[in-house]
Amino acid sequence: MSHAEDHEGTRRDFLYYVAGGAGVVATGAAVWPLVNQMNPSADVQALSSIRQDVSGVEPGTQLTVKWLGKPVFIRHRTGAEIQEAQEQDAEGVDALPDPLARNLNLNADAPATDANRVMPSPEGEAPGAWIVQMGVCTHLGCVPLGDAGDFGGWFCPCHGSHYDLAGRIRKGPAPENLPIPPVEWVDDSTIKLG
Amino acid sequence: MSGIPHDHYEPKTNGEKWLNSRLPIVGLLYDTLMIPTPKNLNWWWIWGIVLAFCLALQIVTGIVLVMHYTPHVDLAFASIEHIMRNVNGGYMLRYIHMNGASLFFVAVYIHIFRGLFYGSYKAPREITWIVGMLIYLMMMGTAFMGYVLPWGQMSFWGATVITGLFGAIPFVGDAIQTWLLGGPAVDNATLNRFFSLHYLLPFVIAALVIVHIWAFHTTGNNNPTGVEVRRTSKADAQKDTLPFWPYFVIKDVFALAVILVVFWAIVGYMPNYLGHPDNYIEANPLVTPAHIVPEWYFLPFYAILRAFTGEVWVVQFASFVTGGIVDAKFFGVLAMFGAIVAMALAPWLDTSTVRSGTYRPMFKWWFYLLIIDFFALMWLGAMPAEEPYASFSLIASAYWFAYFFVILPILGVIEKPELPPETIEEDFNAHYGKADADATPAE
Repeated sequence: MSHAEDHEGTRRDFLYYVAGGAGVVATGAAVWPLVNQMNPSADVQALSSIRQDVSGVEPGTQLTVKWLGKPVFIRHRTGAEIQEAQEQDAEGVDALPDPLARNLNLNADAPATDANRVMPSPEGEAPGAWIVQMGVCTHLGCVPLGDAGDFGGWFCPCHGSHYDLAGRIRKGPAPENLPIPPVEWVDDSTIKLG
Repeated sequence: MSGIPHDHYEPKTNGEKWLNSRLPIVGLLYDTLMIPTPKNLNWWWIWGIVLAFCLALQIVTGIVLVMHYTPHVDLAFASIEHIMRNVNGGYMLRYIHMNGASLFFVAVYIHIFRGLFYGSYKAPREITWIVGMLIYLMMMGTAFMGYVLPWGQMSFWGATVITGLFGAIPFVGDAIQTWLLGGPAVDNATLNRFFSLHYLLPFVIAALVIVHIWAFHTTGNNNPTGVEVRRTSKADAQKDTLPFWPYFVIKDVFALAVILVVFWAIVGYMPNYLGHPDNYIEANPLVTPAHIVPEWYFLPFYAILRAFTGEVWVVQFASFVTGGIVDAKFFGVLAMFGAIVAMALAPWLDTSTVRSGTYRPMFKWWFYLLIIDFFALMWLGAMPAEEPYASFSLIASAYWFAYFFVILPILGVIEKPELPPETIEEDFNAHYGKADADATPAE
């Protein structure tokens, strides 16, 4: 075979490449199910949507609920906290480590102003009274503590990330603001996540 | 095995000849066990046997623990308590397995630093070194996944933090993290696959150990002088070496016995000393422990991971150069894995012509500083992420990289090494006297 000259080799070369190509495709086809089985299964994927009654969440308190295996912070801010958050706003979003709102209910390029982070308030409540965000530190996934840190918002005890009253990263290793999940009011006292 | 000239197995009886011509397995075992070993090996050379013992211990205790463990988020924690309270001798088996992991890492760190001091990584032993580093990586993966199985708070949050490292990879990080976890967060799918892999990896390690041994049996052992065994003739080689069996087996087993006295004392009297009390609280996805600490053997690299925050100029520079692709989080991950890659690259970073640190007057001090640095990082990894620990971590991490990427290459050029002895025999006689040198085995 090896001493066959080039003019004889065309057909052999063709068969060689076809066989090799088929081998690669067959190997890939055999490996893919073994890789893919590790992806989320159907029951996990079934994107659940939950409703949460928040009528019992007084101003100045926070409710933590589990959604998609992760904690979600539902914070009812007091008037003073709203004011403080808006004062932080005045420093300008470009001064923040992450200038984007990270709010799935808005466009991806929305700036991280307090108004872009909070939920629209139900009737009869001050704007910015409710903020809902994933309770997952954007550094390495720990659950930050409420009412803690240098900026009055959340503090991640794992590696020392400080979030302000609008859940924006201000100090520490975390690269992004706390993400805001798809969220809306069903009625005046019920929130729908997902 | 090739390499140092020595006597090979000769089948004598008809039965032996019959087997040998069909499967030369006795010869393979004989040559492996009778390998000529430099006779000047000191006590730092006993840790290989300790490591082999640990691997066997972990596999045996692990297999029996699996007979009583249930890998399910609702049952795992309870099944561990079942092992501790109900299974006959179960508490002892589990404590041995828990502390066996610690002994394993004590041994591997001493073994690695032995290699770093005596230049065991240098040509022609690079393959042995690289395979060793692969074994070390596999050990870390196995230990990490094993720690998740009891499904305590540290199990859960350790798994969350470590799998989060993969989420830091630009562009594909989230997809990889979801794939590793089998869902949006650490959950039952994660526990099950970690259980499967925790069972598999030790056998991969066992296979790599065979390759590791094969490699250094081909090149011969290094020794405290770093001088090669003479291969000019069998007689010359015999002046430098003794067969592994029985001389080194007896020595290693004696050392193992001494080490096991300490090990049993820990298993028997303070079995939870090296663990974390929070892992006796069942995993709760809604509450993070105030202070997540990995097992002690991960602390040095955990300190490096945390050292590089967004305030460090190197991190800001990397972020600027890559247009933000390498952020602080990804930089920390790169630094942590880079710290291990740096060790693996030692054979090519060390430019010195002299192998053993014994004859390198400047190298010695930098090496001792590396040992101190390692312990400093271990201490810093357990401290909270605040000042002054953050700055210390940064300095200690910087030294780790400087040792491998700056000091090792430069020392080889500027250092004037002392003259090593001509032969291993000469070194041996200088230490133990001529009379002992005659103790070569009668043929």
